[in-house]
Amino acid sequence: MTVMTPPYRSELSAGRDGFGQLLHAEWTKFRTVRGWVIGMIVAVLLTAGLGLLTAGGSQTSCQTQGGPAQSGGACMPAFTLGPGGEPVTDSFYFVHQPLTGDGSITARVTSMTGLLPPANAQLGQVGPASTGDTRPGLYPWAKTGIIIKENLNQGSAYAAMMTAAGNGVRMQWNYTGDTAGLPGAVGPDSPRWLRLTRSGDVITGYDSADGTHWNQVGTVTLPGLPSVVQVGLFAASPQYTEQGQAFAGTSTIGLGPTQVTGVFDNVSGVGGTWTGEDIGRPLDYPGFGSYHHAGGQYTVTGTGDIAPIPEGHGGGADSAITINEYLVGTFAGLIALGVVAALFITAEYRRNLIRVTFAASPRRGRVLLAKAAVVAVVSFVVGVAGGALAILLGGAITKARGYYEFPVSGVTELKVIIGTGVFAAVAAVLALAIGAIVRRGAAAVAIVVVAIAVPIFLAISGALPLHAADWVLRVTPAAGIALQQAYIQYPQVTGVIYSPLSGYYPLAWWAGLLVMAAWAGVLLAGAAYLLRRRDA
Amino acid sequence: MTEAVVSAGRPGRPARDAWGTWGVWAGLPDALHAEWTKLRTLASTWWLLLGTAALTVGVSSAVAAAYHCSGGPGGVAGCSPAATLADPAKISLTGVELGQVIVALLAVLAVGGEYGSGMIRVTLAATPRRLTMLTAKTLVVTGWALVAGLVGVAGSLLIGRLMLPGRGLTAANGYVVPSLANGADLRAFGGSVLYLVLIAWLALGVATAVRDSGVAIGLVLGVLFLFTIVAAVVPDQHLARHLQQIAPMTSGLFIQDTVNLRVLPLTPWQGLGVLALWAAGALLLGATILRLRDA
Repeated sequence: MTVMTPPYRSELSAGRDGFGQLLHAEWTKFRTVRGWVIGMIVAVLLTAGLGLLTAGGSQTSCQTQGGPAQSGGACMPAFTLGPGGEPVTDSFYFVHQPLTGDGSITARVTSMTGLLPPANAQLGQVGPASTGDTRPGLYPWAKTGIIIKENLNQGSAYAAMMTAAGNGVRMQWNYTGDTAGLPGAVGPDSPRWLRLTRSGDVITGYDSADGTHWNQVGTVTLPGLPSVVQVGLFAASPQYTEQGQAFAGTSTIGLGPTQVTGVFDNVSGVGGTWTGEDIGRPLDYPGFGSYHHAGGQYTVTGTGDIAPIPEGHGGGADSAITINEYLVGTFAGLIALGVVAALFITAEYRRNLIRVTFAASPRRGRVLLAKAAVVAVVSFVVGVAGGALAILLGGAITKARGYYEFPVSGVTELKVIIGTGVFAAVAAVLALAIGAIVRRGAAAVAIVVVAIAVPIFLAISGALPLHAADWVLRVTPAAGIALQQAYIQYPQVTGVIYSPLSGYYPLAWWAGLLVMAAWAGVLLAGAAYLLRRRDA
Repeated sequence: MTEAVVSAGRPGRPARDAWGTWGVWAGLPDALHAEWTKLRTLASTWWLLLGTAALTVGVSSAVAAAYHCSGGPGGVAGCSPAATLADPAKISLTGVELGQVIVALLAVLAVGGEYGSGMIRVTLAATPRRLTMLTAKTLVVTGWALVAGLVGVAGSLLIGRLMLPGRGLTAANGYVVPSLANGADLRAFGGSVLYLVLIAWLALGVATAVRDSGVAIGLVLGVLFLFTIVAAVVPDQHLARHLQQIAPMTSGLFIQDTVNLRVLPLTPWQGLGVLALWAAGALLLGATILRLRDA
């Protein structure tokens, strides 16, 4: 007689092994390691703290000629703001008359000539272009043409058709808008016909090479345009600047004002009396502009520019504090995040916990995915917290100390804060993938730092030549820094070096995210493959 | 019947014979031999050596290839040294900024790897005098860093000589083509090798103090790059200058400058001295903690 004992069965009901349980397990592992939680707090503090150091530690002093030395807020520039709230330059010579209601203006530009500062000017030496030793020549963005403007105040709304010396016919409006028309330079053999028509708030620009065949260049809406607007001919030529490229960074050096003279004829559509005046007296060099009218021919001479002032532009904007300065700690925060994210898996290998993990959930790819989800969410929160702290506190400190922050919209700030979170999340997933591939903490951290933090460092510290810096932020995982892009590049404004050093990243935010996410995705897929192939 | 022979000495030579009176340094040659064997027999050591040289030379050549001196729109600035402020020696040595990461990694692994695997207990059982062990490790890592640095820097020198003249930095334009016959260049290239050795010491000290390789390498690289980047963006020039003076990486790399030395916050050798202070401080911290703590 044998006693049959039934095989042992646990009385506990079988546990579920869904992805939710896996997430819960990984989250428990993460939050119960004190060092990792501290690491995440350190990441927030580094992201926010370094920027506050720069906001709080800045010191500006200035002295006007013959005046007392001043410091702090007294030196801060006051920008003219455009209709969109962006800082703008608005100074030019305007031959104008009022236009009531709908109407149009047509003119033919037959020649553009100009003056540049002396060719042998030393860098940094500034002399007015009206002195005798100037040389003839046109600045590539010298402009003459026709314009419809809300009123004669600086910063008011406008739309204009113009010929730009080195950039063909352009339609520009409200400072930031720019559309190309007919290419090629203006001359007696190749005159350009320009036309603007107003219908309510809508202004349409046309150009033509012969005055019979017209092409529409663009249609823009200027909301709230009053019934009476100013319409006329204008001339503007921006400050001559020279780019000096030093190895440790690049700097623009202003070399003085330039001047343009445009000759118009066949002006039609308006029949009143013309008045000529300098709008926004060109800084330091008054009385450049003039116009002369004889036998249907108008000769208009002017200096200045109608354009946005990009962040980092020479002059007043240089001393403005940028929100990129608040966010400089991001790269240090990413190092801390990278360490924790890499150790999140390498520590399991070191302690052999990985065997328990894989025994509990044999589907290794899902374990990796759960880990990635946990570090991504935590890092997103860390990035958003660090970015928000940096921008809000940095702005508050700047304001409290009376300094000027280069203005950005609230939407842009929000975009940058969320972008910092996404940047951190993708970086953490990348670090986790590298950790899973190399399985050693030190090697993983070193690779993460080389892949993400060092490129940022090289690009924004000015250690690389300009082109190299741009390429580094295009192809490495550090391309994700484009998510922190706060300022807009204006190709129609030269004299600014659009470099990572001054907060201009070479890719659009989505392209930067794409490059970085591609790196993270490929590495994560590689890690999943290796996890399945290798013994634990 | 087992006879346990515990001897750290090499066969055929009694341990602590001639060195007995040296106190703490007794057994250093044996410890040195042990550390060298450990380092030599790890495959990663040789991969990292190759990696240091390849990364240094690779980055240097990429930067040299990307360099071009751009004049202004009126051709005013041109390609003269006064306009570009270019430093051929420093450009060809850019790779050191990445090569140092691998040097630091090796130094961190030399200590942290033993803590990771538990090997450190065996090491300390064999070499109970902890400072002797640390000294031996430091010497072995120094030798490795010297070799890695020499190879990488020699490659960078070659890059500078071969590529930069093609990028407009020619003797005809008024630049000095990098050459060891030139005193400033000798200082820049030789000093870069010393720089890498000091980075290895810094990393070794930090790793001995924190014992975890991952955290140690994160700390070392964080400290190296942190100061530099903050100094680069701080709007206040005075603060930036002070930061550059105390930053281990920025000041250490002053050794690579050969032009416009007057604008540097420190002389090149003073700068390397700042890094040396950091390295010595880290080693001292590591040694103190190693003495006081259980393994």
